[in-house]
Order: sequence, then structure tokens, then C-alpha cells
Amino acid sequence: MDDLPEKPEKPAKSKSKKSSSSGPGVSRRDFLKISGVSAAMPLVSHVGALAMAEEHQGLQGPGKVPVALTVNGKKLNAQLEPRVTLLDALRDQFDLTGAKRVCDRGTCGACTVLMDDKPVYSCSILAIDAQNHPITTVEGLGEPGKLHPVQQAFVDNDAQQCGFCTPGFVVATKAFLDRNPHPTPEQIKHGLGGNFCRCGTYAGIRAAVMQAAKNTKGA
Amino acid sequence: MADDSKYAWPPAEKRSLIGKRISRVDGPDKVSGRAKYTYDVHRPGMLFGKVIRSPHAHAKVVSVDTSAAEKMPGVAAVHVIQGPGTEIQWAGDDIVVIAAVDEPTAADAARAVKIEYQPLPHFVNDFTEPKGVPENTGPLGLRDVAQMLNNDTDEKEIISAVQKRGISFKVSPEMAQRMKDNEVPDTVIKALQDAPQKEAQPVTSPYKKESEVLKGDPDTAFKEAEVVSEGTYGCPVITHCCLESHGSIAEWTDSDHLFAHHSTQNVSGLAGQYAQALKIPEANVHVHQDHIGGGFGSKFGIDRWGRYTAEVSKKAGGKPVRVMLERAPELEVAGCRPSAFARVKVAAKKDGTITGWQSESWGTGGPGGGGAPPMPYVLTNIPNQRKQHTAVATNIGPARAWRAPNHPQGCLITLAALEDAAARLNMDPLDLVLKNLNLATARSEVYHDELLIAADLIEWKKRWHPRGQQSGPNPRGLGLAIHTWGGRGHDSNCELTINSDGSVNIRIGSQDLGTGTRTCILIVAGDTLGLPIDKINLKIGDNQYPPDGGSGGSTTIGGVSSSTRRAAIDARDQLFTKVASALNAKPEDLEAVNGTVRVKSAPSRSLSWKDACARLGTQPIQVVGKNPGPGDLISSGVGGVVMADVSVDTETGIVKMNKMVCVQDCGLIINMKTAESQVYGALIMGVASALYEEKIMDVNLGTMLNPNMDFYRLAGIGDVGELVVHMMTGKGYDERGPIGLGEPPTVGPMAAISNAVANAIGVRVPFLPLTPDRVLAALNSKGGSNATV
Repeated sequence: MDDLPEKPEKPAKSKSKKSSSSGPGVSRRDFLKISGVSAAMPLVSHVGALAMAEEHQGLQGPGKVPVALTVNGKKLNAQLEPRVTLLDALRDQFDLTGAKRVCDRGTCGACTVLMDDKPVYSCSILAIDAQNHPITTVEGLGEPGKLHPVQQAFVDNDAQQCGFCTPGFVVATKAFLDRNPHPTPEQIKHGLGGNFCRCGTYAGIRAAVMQAAKNTKGA
Repeated sequence: MADDSKYAWPPAEKRSLIGKRISRVDGPDKVSGRAKYTYDVHRPGMLFGKVIRSPHAHAKVVSVDTSAAEKMPGVAAVHVIQGPGTEIQWAGDDIVVIAAVDEPTAADAARAVKIEYQPLPHFVNDFTEPKGVPENTGPLGLRDVAQMLNNDTDEKEIISAVQKRGISFKVSPEMAQRMKDNEVPDTVIKALQDAPQKEAQPVTSPYKKESEVLKGDPDTAFKEAEVVSEGTYGCPVITHCCLESHGSIAEWTDSDHLFAHHSTQNVSGLAGQYAQALKIPEANVHVHQDHIGGGFGSKFGIDRWGRYTAEVSKKAGGKPVRVMLERAPELEVAGCRPSAFARVKVAAKKDGTITGWQSESWGTGGPGGGGAPPMPYVLTNIPNQRKQHTAVATNIGPARAWRAPNHPQGCLITLAALEDAAARLNMDPLDLVLKNLNLATARSEVYHDELLIAADLIEWKKRWHPRGQQSGPNPRGLGLAIHTWGGRGHDSNCELTINSDGSVNIRIGSQDLGTGTRTCILIVAGDTLGLPIDKINLKIGDNQYPPDGGSGGSTTIGGVSSSTRRAAIDARDQLFTKVASALNAKPEDLEAVNGTVRVKSAPSRSLSWKDACARLGTQPIQVVGKNPGPGDLISSGVGGVVMADVSVDTETGIVKMNKMVCVQDCGLIINMKTAESQVYGALIMGVASALYEEKIMDVNLGTMLNPNMDFYRLAGIGDVGELVVHMMTGKGYDERGPIGLGEPPTVGPMAAISNAVANAIGVRVPFLPLTPDRVLAALNSKGGSNATV
């Protein structure tokens, strides 16, 4: 929240309803969302983000507005200011803290979740824009005792140390394998290039991706 | 059974779990997002903190007006951390903290605070070689004396300096005792006690002569040398960049009881710090942490922010307040590793025998200056030496311990200088290092073995070519480094309980940094009790458990393994005493194996673990194992070798990692899987510091230019090349007991990669990180070589 957008002034009544998200105080997040952050995030579908930007017509806020999200198959409701990100909504409102806030600007991938089954950086999407798009977080993939094959592969290959980047990597790997069920090492390099780890767990992650690819084949 | 040998580590054939490859027990929680870090804790009614920070690197706070912020709805408390009159020493330092119902509200309130500063001149340039360093004439500080002692300065020289210049600190009886314990000569302690006390002199220059060491006769050595090699080397300040930033959640359960969730490497050690800062009894402080998202040496204290989080919570009626640093301050103020630069001269004979070392080095660790890296590194016994180090005080954030403090810098400067000397001698640097291993103070045979294994794994003899002999736009090169670290084990207390239902509980006030500490404690206990690890309940991460040391200096595995081993042996023997009669045997004839308690000589006479424990009746067995304690379970001192294989694109200056090998010894390995992970991780962190990492300061503004993860670059999965780790095990290693791995393998990569690049392109890139601009500049200095290849 370094540069959390300033709360916009209440818009003048006369303003057209269509002025929408490019109204006063376009935030960095809005900008990222509109321009598509794809250069820095190979896995993120910016086509979806662009479509979303257009969907939102009505003016929202600046006060709290009702927000309804579908997360891991459950309907979740909260009153949020429109400037609240999907990441902060998940973490602070719904106690889904698997997705982490690290760089807070769409670089490191620790906040990766699936939106419409595609990986997105949840720090760079507003919660209100995530409405009507089913969200899957790392908690929704599996749980101890019933781990998803990707999660199991991360455990088996010790693809984690402190574990703070791990949820983001797990979600990114799941999405990567959905699209690349038989990845080459070269594809892994690029496909998982949007996530950073500080402890240095990439050797384990590479092995985990290969194991998961084998075990999710045809699934 | 007073015999201490019963605690000894089991021989290889008796180990059921120790040394095996076991998946970490906290893995399932971590991969499924269930593991709760401090950043994830959401206490009922929790308020969110927002900190206003100084935009100036050096300034006086003139006025602070928080009145507008205090009136804003949703703001629970505003607390001035550094008020008018305070002198700020680095940009990003904390001025005001606001606690509000949510983050957006706190951010709005922060904007309403008005702070006026009087900017003062700042200095952030550590790169330029110091000129006009003032002569040291004032009284010696504690650090000056420590430096002399660490550098093995001649006893007479220390005493004469102490008598001539006086000292600026008081020698307490405890300090004298500590020095005695550390084998400081009595004559030096006496001189310090008798020395005149003087006021420290006011500082007028950013430069301070930190140490000067003379050994042998360097002048003659260089005059008589058959070959002299000279070079400049160095690496900049880098940051820890923990993915979970620093911070805590503080709440007051009553007027003088604090409960803090704190992201820390030092769970047992924080209460005392909180108590002192907040003036409450230490027993009133409860600290808890389940998981930590990275520390790397930067999370041992409560920090200024720990203190003000507690203070603003108090102002907010004791409600929980969360302050986790944002990414920019995490990189600006939450710790960094000192820079080190040096001009080095090496004297050698034609056959490669090294005879002399001369270095003038400098570096900064922030406002405090910083100490000299150990040089010459590992090969410390070069007979003739002259060394001088200048500490540069700068207005960057303060330095903190960063994995293997000072070693990576010392290793880079030394091994790069030796590689350059080998090139001058037309010698293979592997042969040069092998030839001079007798200059190592210890473990030269281990280095010898490790060098040969590493050379084999990277195919050194086949792939190494003399410098610059490669043609084409992508020359490939090999480089090597050797490294060392201490280890041993910190103080530890392991409370182990065996209940009559067969359950086993362990509590230790330790922490698992992601190194696998939880899993290793369970492995030691399980191996000793003959139980699988899932039959033991382990609790760590709370200061209400028996106290344990902070996780620093690679001391955790030695500490917790020893205390756990002692606890498990003592508890097991108490159980044997209870059940011996049922098995018609003496207690000392029993063993705990495979979930049974049985007679060693007649394994068929056995009780299941559960049945054995059922004989305890209502009284469970509870013991506390300690470290230090009986039996010789741990050691200090490890060696290791890193070799790197790189390709350099001489048109773009981009360095590509092909392969890295690390051969490492660390005594007895408790869990092969997590041990290897730590070494892989160290290599990967090393790639980042060799190729990308730099805390870039704007000389004019005094602020950090890249306090974000776009421009403070870490290595990605595609940047690290193939990685090979070989752990030394078996005879000669296992009997030393477990020795920590947090530091040693992080030391070598920078030097190995820098050497590989020099070998590839035929010229030294003097300063790290090896970014394309620096590589191209070095190539151009060679005489337009990138145009000629």
C-alpha cells in the first residue's frame, strides 16, 4: 500500500455515468489493469483484464460498496471501498491468506490466484472488478491430507523453504500445466518466470513441475 | 549410566531416520496456503498501521502536525516516533505511525500529517576510493579494540595503542570476564582496565581507518617476487529483501502485558528487548510466531518498529495493531549487507607459491561505517601481508548480519585476486589453489578432496581453458571459490514428554526459517526413540516454551539437535527403567527400535511402544535436554567449494549461468533433503548477488533508486542454470555431529561466478553485480575485444 490510490473526491452529480474507472484519480492499479501488465507477467491474461475494464460502467464509491466474490466455489460478500485490491480483500476480509503481499506491484507473483481459471496477480486487480469472475486461491486447490498433485509434488521435491513464495508458485504451476501438460525445461523457465523466490527453491520447483506433469497427465 | 557416551550420535547402521531424505513436515501447510506467517495473522478488532517516513537522507525534524489526521474518522491512534529536534540519518526512517480501522483509512490519515524538515548534507557514496583518511589519534572505541583482536594484531601493539590513545568505553567486570573467556591475553585486559578514559572525538570525515595489519615483511616479499599481480575488486551494498517484510502485530492484554506476533529469527530473545523498551517485566511479554517468510540475518531484534507498534497499540487502548513494512522501506531500512572494495597486490613465485598479500580496502555498512572483510580468505597464512581497511560512514540504512557476514566479500576479493594471479602465472587456478592449501589455517585435506570432487562434477580438466583463449561471440568460462564457516550450536532447551498413552510431546522456543528445523528436531527425537516422526508432536515458535537461541551464524541445527538428542536419550532411559522388569532385563540392556522397546540380545522379548508407555501409570516422563550439555555432540568449522560455468554474450554483455557445483561438508547430516535444499538455495541467492543485486543510491538525493522488486532484481527460475550439490558424508564427517549450513554455501558463488566470467572473456570485471554495462566496459578496456572476436 505504498502508493495506495488517494480516495477520490465525491464526483459532481452532473458527471455522466459512463466516465467510470478513468475518472478523477486514475490509480496505478487502474493503469496497470487497463494497459495490461503482460510484459512483466507472462502468465497473466491481459485480454481478460481489458474486457473487465470495459464491463464496469457505473461509478463506484468513493465510500464502501457491496462486493460479491465467488472464491473457491463459495459466495463471499463484503463492504469494500472500490480501491481495495482483490489480494487485500481475500486476505483481510475473508482470511484467505495463502496469496501473499510481497512486491505489491505485479512483479513477484506471490499473490497469484486463478481468475476464470487463468493466473492473475491479485495485487493488481481491484476486488470490484473481480466480481462475476470465479476465483480460485491456493486454499481451493487442496488441503493437507487431500493435496492437489501439484501441491504434493512441491512437498515431495522440497520445492519450498520459508514458503512465502510457495502458494504463488503452486497456483502458477497449476495454471502453467493446464496449458502445457508436457513442458520442456525451456518452457518451465518462461512459464514460471513471473514468480520470484528469495530462499532459492528453483531446483526443487523444476523437479516438482516435472513430477506434477507426469501425475496430472490426462487428469 | 552416568557415562556421557550414551548421548553420542548413533553409528550409520543404527540410524533409522538421521541422514535420510525426509520431506519437511510443514510442507503440506505451506503448499496449501494454510501456514500462517505473522503477516497473515488477523487478530480480532485488529487495526492497521501506516508509517510516515523521512524523504531525506539526513535532516532535522523541525515540526510535526498530526492534528488533522487525529480527527479523521476511523483513526484510532497517532504516535510520533521521532519528533521535532531529532536528527534523521537515512531516508525512509520512521517519523509518525497511524493506527486505523483499515489500510485505506490509515493511508488517507498519513496524507494529512504535516512534517517539516531541515535538510542537512548527506553522504551516500561508498564506491569512490577514500582519500584523505584522517589519522586515528582519538581514544579507541570498543569496535577498534575488537578489530585489533580479531585481526590478531600483535599484543604489544594493542597495549601500546591503548596506553597512547586511551579508550572511550568502560571496562566492566563482565566485559573483562568475557574477554578472558575468549582468550584475550591478560596483559591486554589489564591495559584496557588501566587505560585513561577519554571522550570520543567528534566525527569530521566519513572515512575512518578501521584496521591496519602488518605481518612478516611484505616489502621484501614484493621486491623479491617473481610475479606480482594487481587488481581492483568489489561488490556493492545489497539488501536482504525478505519476501515477508519485517513487522509485528502488538496488543496489550492488560495495562502491562504485551502479546506480540513478530516475524523473527529470535523467538526466545525478543521478550527481553520488548521489556527493556517498554519498561515492563520480561515475564509480561508473550511472543509468538508459527512461520517466518525469510530473515537471512535481518530479523533478530524487535526493531524501532516493534517498539512503536506496541506503543501505538497502547494509545489505541491496547487493541491489536499490525505494522508490516511495505516493500520500499523493507529494502531501504530493514537491513543491508556492507559493500567492500579493494586494491589488491599478490606476490608469487613462478611455481605458484604465494608469498605476499597487500590490500587497501573500503566499504560501508551505513552510518556506523563497517568492519573489514576477512582477507586473505581461507588461505589466511600467506606469510607476508599488509592490509588496511577504511570504513565509510554513509546515510544509507544501517547494515545487518546477512548470511555469513563479511565472508562473501572477503571470498570475492581474495579468490578473484588469486585467479588473476593464476592468469599472470599461466597456471590453472585449480592447481594454484591446490598448491597453496597449506596456507589454510585448518581443514586443508578436506578442501583438497572437495576441490577434486567439484572439478570432476563440472568437468574442470576437460572444460577449462586458459583465459581469453576462446573465440566466438559467446565465450564460456569456469571459475572457482573456496569458503569456510564456524557453526557449533547455540544454547537450546528441549522439553520432551512421554505420556502413558504413548504420545510424545516436544516444546522448544526455536523457529524454523525454512531451513527444516522442525523436521530435523523430529528426526533426532524419532531416531532416538525408535518412532516415526508423525508419532511425535512438536511445538516451536513461542517464548513460553523452553528458551532457545536465535537462528543466526548457522548455530540452530547444532543447538536443537543436541538438546533434543539429550532429552530423548534421558527420557528413553527413564522409560527403560520403568519397563525393564516387565522384560526381565536390566534397563541398560534395552533398546527402542521400530516402535518397540526390546532386549538388545533377544529382540523377540519386546513391548510395543504403547504398551511400554502404559506402564508409566499416571506419571508421565518429562525431561529437559540442554545445549551445551553432557557429551561431545557438535563441532565448529566447515569447508566448501563452489565452481561456476558461465557463457558471456560479448555483444550484449549478458552473463548466462550454465552450471554451478557446490561440494560442502557440514558434519553429520540430519536430513539430506533439506540440507541439499539449503545449499541449492545458497547457490541461487549467490547468482542473484553476483549478477543482479545492488542497493543503488542517488548521490544527489541520498535515496535508494530501486526500492522495489522490478529494479531490485532477484534471480528467476530461468536465470540459474543447472545446479549440482554434493554433500560430504561418512567417516571423518559424521562423527563431528551436525553443523549448520545457513552461511557456508552462500559465501562462494560471487567469487566463482566473477572468476568464470574473467576466464570466459579474458579480462576481469572488477565490480559486481556483473551487469551488461559493467561487462561491456571491461571488454572495451581490453581494447575493443568485443569488436574483434
